Amino acid sequence: MSNAPTDRKYAETHEWHKSEGGLIVLGLTPFAVAELTDITFVEMQGAGTQITPGDSLGEVESVKATSDVYSAVPGEIAEVNDALADQPSLLNSDPYGAGWLVKIKPSETSALDGLMDGGAYDEKYPL
Amino acid sequence: MLKTPLHQHHIDHGGKMVDFAGWDMPLYYKTAEGTGSIVDEHNQVRTCGGVFDVSHMGRLRLKGRHARRLLERACSRRIHDMQEGQCRYTLICNETGGVKDDALVYRMSEDEFLFVVNGSNREKITDHLKSIRGDLVCEIDDRTMKTAMIAIQGPTVMELFSNFSKEIPALKRFRFAVKNLMIMKLIVSRTGYTGEDGVEVILPANMIGMAMKLIAQNVDPNSPDSPLKGTGLGARDTLRMEAAMPLYGHELGEDINALEVNMPFALNMDKDEHELGEPFVGQEALKQTIAEGGPRRQLVGLLVEGKRTARQHMPVLVNSEPLGVVTSACVSPTLAQPIAMAYLDKAHIEPGTKVEIDTGRADKLAAEVCALPFYKAPKK
Repeated sequence: MSNAPTDRKYAETHEWHKSEGGLIVLGLTPFAVAELTDITFVEMQGAGTQITPGDSLGEVESVKATSDVYSAVPGEIAEVNDALADQPSLLNSDPYGAGWLVKIKPSETSALDGLMDGGAYDEKYPL
Repeated sequence: MLKTPLHQHHIDHGGKMVDFAGWDMPLYYKTAEGTGSIVDEHNQVRTCGGVFDVSHMGRLRLKGRHARRLLERACSRRIHDMQEGQCRYTLICNETGGVKDDALVYRMSEDEFLFVVNGSNREKITDHLKSIRGDLVCEIDDRTMKTAMIAIQGPTVMELFSNFSKEIPALKRFRFAVKNLMIMKLIVSRTGYTGEDGVEVILPANMIGMAMKLIAQNVDPNSPDSPLKGTGLGARDTLRMEAAMPLYGHELGEDINALEVNMPFALNMDKDEHELGEPFVGQEALKQTIAEGGPRRQLVGLLVEGKRTARQHMPVLVNSEPLGVVTSACVSPTLAQPIAMAYLDKAHIEPGTKVEIDTGRADKLAAEVCALPFYKAPKK
């Protein structure tokens, strides 16, 4: 059932990273969302926050668990998806689209080369 | 990993399978679109009906002329006044008054009982029964692998049974019927773990396919309001939390005193005084606790402000002092707000008491003590 889009790169921690007009859009994969189950709360650090790979960008809560979110690239949070504050279930219904979490202004993007493409991700984490 | 007789059914219906107490069980069922929702399954049970596989629960048959006396020793409830066809909820305590498990006792006949215990405690309770049996004559037969058990729960499910039985819809709460349908023997009890009306059915493992077909007569399982939608362990957990039903490993445990659980009905402290009565394991310790003024903490409900969910083991603070601990929590689908159950110091259990939950983060969650349960099914 899974068909990870080929226009983005995937981390072992189940975030997708998509280059878009000089920014990196970041979200969670359907695999991660299926593990978390119904999302009840999303809180990302605010725009302007400097981020480093390995540091938590924010938290996603579900009926079953609370989970940290990570970026593979360093930089600055340019925009947060405000729609998730009132409608966290967008992560369940459209994780690759309307359920995006943050846009990052990357200070460098070489780490993306080490991430999985859609095919490799699907193979490793089939839904 | 252990598999129930319905394992293939779960796979065929999109079950998102997880390890639960060593059993491969559905957390929820994925829809055709590949998504799935615990909340949708929860609401399905509250408004209509759902089917749970609960075959992982331990089913022990106790048979012999001293079967009743063995249960009197093990159970905090009195057994001698149970009639054939009656079920009773009980706690099983250890010597110090802690809770080894909770269970449902079915009285099949004068000398035969079925004892339904938690899946994770099946072996422990079997060993416990053997250790307290002494010279009582009672055979203990673990029927778990030979049988299946399903729970059908929700406000509309009793109507389903009128298709093939007059007796089942007429059952009172905590009563059961043994039905011979075609070649299978079903035990149908009006019991459950969701706060809704419904039944639990125990039947031979190899008959489950036939039984599911029979129950589904005249029901279109693909219809949006089908009362027979599969519901997984995720919804089972949020449903039982709203109904404030304790769960072993959360509200119940060997180091949690049975008096703290605050279910007075579950402890017959005078059961040894009847001529047929016997003291139960842990009764002396509990009497001692009562004599000393009762337990120092009690199970309470918490209504949590905001949108964030507390988690098990988080400290509960009263005036910044840690005086309690969260045992279970979720965003209640029915109340549309976060709820929690917690053990809290007896001095602060009055409903309306303001507390905080320490999440380990900078921001604490504000909450208020409330009476349990969070949800009661409307009377029909």
